[in-house]
Amino acid sequence: MVPEECLYTEDHEWVFIEDEIATIGISDYAAGELGDIVYVELPEVDSEIRQTDPVGTIEAVKTVAELFSPISGKVIEVNGDLIDDPEIINRSPYEDGWFIKVKMSDMSELDNLLDHEKYQEFLGESQ
Amino acid sequence: MALKTPIYQSHVDSGGKIVDFAGFMMPVSFEGIVAEHERVRNKVGFFDVSHMGEIEITGESALEFADFAVSNNVSKLDDGQICYTVCCNEKGKVLDDLLVYRFSSSRILFVVNAVNAGKIYQHLLGIQKGDVRIENRSSGYGQIAVQGPASRDLLLGSSFCAPVSAKLAGLGYYRFFTFEHEGSEIILSRTGYTGEVGYEIYLPWDMTASVWDLLLEEGGEYGAAPIGLGARDTLRFEPCYCLYGHEIDEDTSPLEAGLSWVVKLKKDDFVGRGALVAEKEAGSGRKLIGLELQGRGIPRQGYNVLHDGKVVGKVTSGTFSPTLKKGLAMALVERSLPKDASGLAVEIRNRPVSAARARMPFYASHVND
Repeated sequence: MVPEECLYTEDHEWVFIEDEIATIGISDYAAGELGDIVYVELPEVDSEIRQTDPVGTIEAVKTVAELFSPISGKVIEVNGDLIDDPEIINRSPYEDGWFIKVKMSDMSELDNLLDHEKYQEFLGESQ
Repeated sequence: MALKTPIYQSHVDSGGKIVDFAGFMMPVSFEGIVAEHERVRNKVGFFDVSHMGEIEITGESALEFADFAVSNNVSKLDDGQICYTVCCNEKGKVLDDLLVYRFSSSRILFVVNAVNAGKIYQHLLGIQKGDVRIENRSSGYGQIAVQGPASRDLLLGSSFCAPVSAKLAGLGYYRFFTFEHEGSEIILSRTGYTGEVGYEIYLPWDMTASVWDLLLEEGGEYGAAPIGLGARDTLRFEPCYCLYGHEIDEDTSPLEAGLSWVVKLKKDDFVGRGALVAEKEAGSGRKLIGLELQGRGIPRQGYNVLHDGKVVGKVTSGTFSPTLKKGLAMALVERSLPKDASGLAVEIRNRPVSAARARMPFYASHVND
């Protein structure tokens, strides 16, 4: 995924849309702030999730953070590689470090997200 | 207003991620907690501990007063020796844990946690007796900790320690000496909080940054780099050293926290002794145990510890151990919990994750290497 082509939440998730399939991860900013990620909990395949719901947990050495879903839909794939090697998220937040793929149920929800430029502005303001 | 240590600017220049800690702007990490942790375990790292509090007790009755203020036996120390101890209130609960440096029977230094420096200073004034002068010297002392297997070689090779290399080479664990540098007294002790061989250097606040920069530069060939508070905590956690606000606080007695080895009930009176004698006779309500998660997840401070589904205590410190590569915890639990209890769990986000007793310390310290 190319960061410039993703949409973002203010909770630092990114989502990349291809057809009606959303791939979801966390931004390099979030991965950097969390530091060494040592454990993740992911939702189950086929579970229905809703926009802004907590759907996973990300544990770093010193902190724990929740993954909030940027969109609603049905989970069709989870990235099993993260279970054994969660550090992938630190190494490659936009590529190998994706969390889940979701079949979207409401494309209009994308209007609630930030594009890359707006997200960069948001990061600038929040620092 | 957040305070800055004399090394603050260097932390920023080194790329440190800065957080507010005990009112100070401190670096939580530089290259990442795990990398910094491994650097100290395998090589050597520098810690800015200038935020720690120093309280000096001088006068004819200094030794006697120090013995009254803390639980360990200060009068049994040699001059130039240090002990770890706790300062209790009348109820036998822990006001702080601290190091006591004995210069002589008329000069003693207490090194206390940053967050407690003001509280302990006031407490000491409140229990003051005899011919003593109690001074809060916290803003006068900067402090640098050099920790890791290469710490001795690094300091022996430094220009800063060159004039005292013979003394340094022969310095035993929990011993210290002083020397003069640019007209000021420097205290160099073989102490630390990581489980590795290490040293701590106390120096005038205004001199601290220049010595830090010098040691950092000269230490490059030993693999030295600055280490943040994040790794400081994981490093102290693995050898199961207590931390104020976690294993010990004003609701916890040192006996519960496994610190009976620093509580000398047989010595003359000290603050909290009566309560601790009574507790020892009656048996403490809780005990500190180690836990290893068997399921997946990371135990954190405050999480419930369950035994057969019933809450029996709380995690006091828990983390992913960078050395042992698993989720470990220290926990204060009901004393009645059997030693060989099975059916233990830590409640992580409302979900019990099975756990087993783990022997403490989790990591055998190398302080005597």
